[in-house]
Amino acid sequence: MSDHAHSHGTMGRLMVGFGLAAFLTIIPFALVMMEVDLPRNWLVGIIMGLGAVQIIVHLVYFLHINSSVEEGWTMAATVFSVVILGIVLAGSLWVMHNMNENMMPMHEMSPTMEMPGSSHGHEGHTPVDDPAATPAEPGTQG
Amino acid sequence: MTMLDTPLTGRIEGPAGPAHSADHAHASPTPIGFWIYLMSDCIIFGCLFATYAVLGYGYAGGPAPHDLFEPGFVAWETALLLFSSITFGIAMLRAEAHDLKGTTLWLIVTGLLGLGFIAMEIYEFNHLIHIGAGPDRSAFLSSFFVLVGTHGLHVTGGLIWLVTLTIQLNWKGLTSANMQRLSTLSMFWHFLDLVWIGVFSFVYLVRLV
Amino acid sequence: MATEHVQPAEVWTPIFGRLTLDWIPYHEPILVGTFGAIVLGGLILLAILTKYRLWVPLWKDWITTIDHKKIGIMYMILGFIMFIRGFADALMMRAQQAMAAGGAEGYLPPHHFDQVFTAHGVIMIFFVAMAFVTGIMNYVMPAQIGARDVAFPFLNNFSFWMTVAGALLVNISLFVGEFARVGWLAFPPLSGSDFSTGPGVDYYLWSLQIAGVGTTLSGINLVATIFKMRAPGMKLFDMPVFTWTTLCTNVLIVAAFPVLTATLALLTLDRYLGTHFFTNDMGGNAMMYVNLIWIWGHPEVYILIIPIFGVFSEIVSTFSGKPLFGYKTMVWATACIMVLSFVVWLHHFFTMGSGANVNTFFGITTMIIAVPTGVKIFNWLFTMYKGRVRFEVPMLWTVGFLVTFTIGGMTGVLLAVPPVDFQLHNTLFLVAHFHNVIIGGVVFGVMAAVTFWWPKAFGFKLDDRWGKRSFWFWCIGFYFAFMPLYALGLMGVTRRMNAYMDSAWQIYFIVAAFGAGLIALGIASTFIGFFVSIKNRKALACGPDPWNGRTLEWAMQSPPAPYNFPQEVHVRGRDEWWRMKQEGFQWSEIYEPIHMPKNTATGVLIAAFALVLGFAMVWYIWWLAIVSFLACLAIGIAHTFNYNRDYWIPESDVAKHEQKGALA
Repeated sequence: MSDHAHSHGTMGRLMVGFGLAAFLTIIPFALVMMEVDLPRNWLVGIIMGLGAVQIIVHLVYFLHINSSVEEGWTMAATVFSVVILGIVLAGSLWVMHNMNENMMPMHEMSPTMEMPGSSHGHEGHTPVDDPAATPAEPGTQG
Repeated sequence: MTMLDTPLTGRIEGPAGPAHSADHAHASPTPIGFWIYLMSDCIIFGCLFATYAVLGYGYAGGPAPHDLFEPGFVAWETALLLFSSITFGIAMLRAEAHDLKGTTLWLIVTGLLGLGFIAMEIYEFNHLIHIGAGPDRSAFLSSFFVLVGTHGLHVTGGLIWLVTLTIQLNWKGLTSANMQRLSTLSMFWHFLDLVWIGVFSFVYLVRLV
Repeated sequence: MATEHVQPAEVWTPIFGRLTLDWIPYHEPILVGTFGAIVLGGLILLAILTKYRLWVPLWKDWITTIDHKKIGIMYMILGFIMFIRGFADALMMRAQQAMAAGGAEGYLPPHHFDQVFTAHGVIMIFFVAMAFVTGIMNYVMPAQIGARDVAFPFLNNFSFWMTVAGALLVNISLFVGEFARVGWLAFPPLSGSDFSTGPGVDYYLWSLQIAGVGTTLSGINLVATIFKMRAPGMKLFDMPVFTWTTLCTNVLIVAAFPVLTATLALLTLDRYLGTHFFTNDMGGNAMMYVNLIWIWGHPEVYILIIPIFGVFSEIVSTFSGKPLFGYKTMVWATACIMVLSFVVWLHHFFTMGSGANVNTFFGITTMIIAVPTGVKIFNWLFTMYKGRVRFEVPMLWTVGFLVTFTIGGMTGVLLAVPPVDFQLHNTLFLVAHFHNVIIGGVVFGVMAAVTFWWPKAFGFKLDDRWGKRSFWFWCIGFYFAFMPLYALGLMGVTRRMNAYMDSAWQIYFIVAAFGAGLIALGIASTFIGFFVSIKNRKALACGPDPWNGRTLEWAMQSPPAPYNFPQEVHVRGRDEWWRMKQEGFQWSEIYEPIHMPKNTATGVLIAAFALVLGFAMVWYIWWLAIVSFLACLAIGIAHTFNYNRDYWIPESDVAKHEQKGALA
């Protein structure tokens, strides 16, 4: 296992990673705990953005991911997973939000719930006839 | 999981092919295999995050994040995990310097930090259930408990693995097989810290602003 | 017999959980008969094993084996056994629907019929199709890349036994309790604790969860194998197409199965801990389950068909005596399908109530998948064009596939049009469509693969006449069985019906039942073919390369030695074995010791306790669940204390193996 000495970096690198991670953790906590007065969207964006940056810091400094490890397979696997994660997260949010707008479930899905069809005038099939009913029978295609 | 396995590596020199250098023996498939496992685990977490994103506003008239989450408490949990990542990194460096004592020491420190994290999480869950905000209270709390709890179970699994491996290190020494296992566990441990970044940002902080 | 079903009373005792004698269906003649037949068969098997002293070889050479070839064969055996079970379910449904028209009740009461169609779907997808494709990939892929085994041989054994444990749990539900009555994907709220009391859905959840562990680990294993274990010199674009499709399939498994695991876990929590993910009240949303499960479900159908595309690619180029037409487009088309399969899931629930923009997006992405698939069809046709096509049995299946699968693909594109789907959703048209692609694609492909690689695995060919009979019965039977369902679907007949009033439909159902009978003859021909071929194995014996193959698995002996190749192969390009044959290749007779992993019982032991764990969880036997979980954990940890896991095959043994192979 002679390549281990190279693959796990040095104390210096570890400490750089630690410094960056600590910094990127403290800011979002400070924003929330000190109740900084910024628009909500900004705060959400900053917290999520810093989280994403910190994930990259961890990947680079702690997990030692780069494009040359394992002939690039590690990197490729990571990128592919991120794509799938993006599809699962964004796709689910989009699909479920859109359905909730159209089907109007009992619980409040989003703060700005619209009446069915109010902004989607062309959806001839908006099938809400009883808003209190459960979401229609689940789709059952094979 | 992968640590349970001996990779099949063998160097067979036969005259079947053209002359070749001797260094083509397959490198261990464990690092990439374990990384692929972590990516698949990551997708499990992705589904739980997606569930929290979609159902996390279903309070059903029950408590909301503002009523339950303490950012200060979460900050301590985060600190414990981050420090444990660093101490594992140091243990790894000690192992590479062939320092078994140092490795063991830093692994124990890592384990204690991890244990502290788990203790805090159990306290938090217990507290929430006690005040009537258990996982059966609303879809929001169901998705919260399952996402954070799944992470906690992973940390618990990591701790069991860490104890096992510490025993094995002191039994067999820093052999190449054990170094392989140590660096695999290192991946797992850092990965859990990475998932926690998503948890404290997306589950706790964003819902408090 | 069609009496009102009475659910046994809900009781719980610390020792047996909620399992009571009332849950043993001794009053159902069909089940008692099946049970008797299985017990009888089992006793005969035990007697044979004991008489011929096969217990020790069975344990040493098969159950604890880490040899990818033997594990591959065991997957195929599992697939065939479960196929009989799944097909028996199919025959029961066809018979019921052929009878129960115009007020007639047929012979299956609703609560039984619902279990039958659920079990049919679950078994055919998870324990037949998955077992078959995993078996083929396991057997063929490592050989094609010139490897001695997979990357993690022990994990391979463990994955197999977890799949078996899942399959056993499904079958236990036949005689202890009941199976789910909710359709093969168990949509809530129907599958939630309010509407599905009893152990049926819990059997479903735990068996799929246990088998899913095996599938995921097997996927990781095969991906790592292709990344790390290729013979020296084999670049990615030198890999045979079947290896490429194996790679894409296993990437899909690794990316998609975690979604299934998570989704089923959430439903399990809803049922066991009273969480509210998919409930109607308390903020839950049942449609989130449908959304999540299809994020897994659509890639799953490509997990089944992509390796089959690889099988047909190998067969077409071998029997046309030509390199595959458009190798690179084939690879890219497979990769495109792999990625696209993740962005089409909503087409399974167009009618859920999403807006026009969402439905349009997913309709279009679905239609786009037809493009790379079409590319493949043309590649196969152009490979055959101007080739010296030998119409052996594997090639017959291939041609049957090309025609049948194309029809199925086109009805799929019809269903991808959202307004059309609103008409056809949940009708027999859909049932006909997916059987069209799964039978015309996966089953035909598996039959072709079995015929193609059987001589490699056993050293003799399969009987030609029975192979042809099997093909014609299957092919004609398929059209009789499913074309009527298309027609019925267009008439608006919904799926999963126990009985119907309109007797005008009955004739279609009778024709479909006739088709199912023909398929039964096809299946019988397959098994008779196996039997006849094994009996005549001396006459049917063949060399290591009976089809004049192109890829490295044909360089091994038939049957192959445990180490596959006596020396390492050095790959210089695509179709390496073809090139080696042109150059008059001979294995060297100077052998070296070969490094191999040892067999281990850990996998089968953990899987056995996982089965007990599943059973205990289904019946709420908490003490047993805790004990078996701890046993799994303890065996796993104990295994890590074993550092002595491999051995060397001495060169004298290698020489012996090789001489024996040369004589055969």
